[in-house]
Amino acid sequence: MTRMKFAVLVFPGSNCDLDMFHAVQDTVGEQVDYVWHTADDLSAYDAILVPGGFSYGDYLRCGSIARFAPVMAEVHRAAEAGKFVLGVCNGFQILTEAGLLPGALIRNNSLKFRCHPVDLIVENARTAFTNAYAQGETIRVPIAHGEGNYYVDDETLSRLKKNNQIVFRYAGDNPNGSVDNIAGVCSERGNVVGMMPHPERAVSELLGSKDGARMFTSVLNAWRERHGAAIGG
Amino acid sequence: MKAKVYVTIKENVLDPQGNAVQGALHTLGFGEVSKVRIGKFMEIELEAADRAQAEERLRSMCEKLLANTVVEDYRFELEVS
Repeated sequence: MTRMKFAVLVFPGSNCDLDMFHAVQDTVGEQVDYVWHTADDLSAYDAILVPGGFSYGDYLRCGSIARFAPVMAEVHRAAEAGKFVLGVCNGFQILTEAGLLPGALIRNNSLKFRCHPVDLIVENARTAFTNAYAQGETIRVPIAHGEGNYYVDDETLSRLKKNNQIVFRYAGDNPNGSVDNIAGVCSERGNVVGMMPHPERAVSELLGSKDGARMFTSVLNAWRERHGAAIGG
Repeated sequence: MKAKVYVTIKENVLDPQGNAVQGALHTLGFGEVSKVRIGKFMEIELEAADRAQAEERLRSMCEKLLANTVVEDYRFELEVS
């Protein structure tokens, strides 16, 4: 049987790429490769994972330089083709800078780098990355960011609500000042998801939680459904 | 030519750094400060045939990279030597 192929992008300054790589191996065990930021072909991959870190030292703005890396043209192409794209933390910042997801991430309102587990509400359990969760379920996943304060203007916020593009909200305390407690959003088609919390750091009880593991099983479900349908059709 | 580019946080977007600096100024006895907004200032040297071309190129630089227009505004001044 054909195996699903994951790409974990690596930019200069990425530092959650190893966690992401091992999370794929440990949760779904499908094929996964590191792909350097200079790559110009992602056609072999079914899912593109953009990991956290401080790409290009966060110079100018988080993600502002990474979005022009050669591989990003391929990420745009993959997103347009309906492939699965997930950006976590700095990866989320890169996807918003690239215009693949709406909004922007600005400095936490506390000005503090917040690094601790948070409870998230799964607001949309129909995306490619959340189909293994129950709608409205609360999950525990760590955050680790200084600039995770999600901003969109009122008009965009109502559009996100209308299209069901809010994927995760912080339950209880809002750790960074994000508009409407938003922790993660998706594209209109739902194949591109971005979030500040780190599901790849919550894939085993040894890590304090394994609630993040189902993000990976979700995307495998989504891929199998699509793949199976293609064979059947 | 030399350009001075100013990137500022949009009026309706919260500026946590500005608020913290305002608080610090109050602590230091500068109670008259009612608002602080922090932005970026960049000096850019560039070649261009004329002012109009330089302005057009700078606008494009700001839109593409120097500012994130979701949360920031920009303006620039051009010194033609």
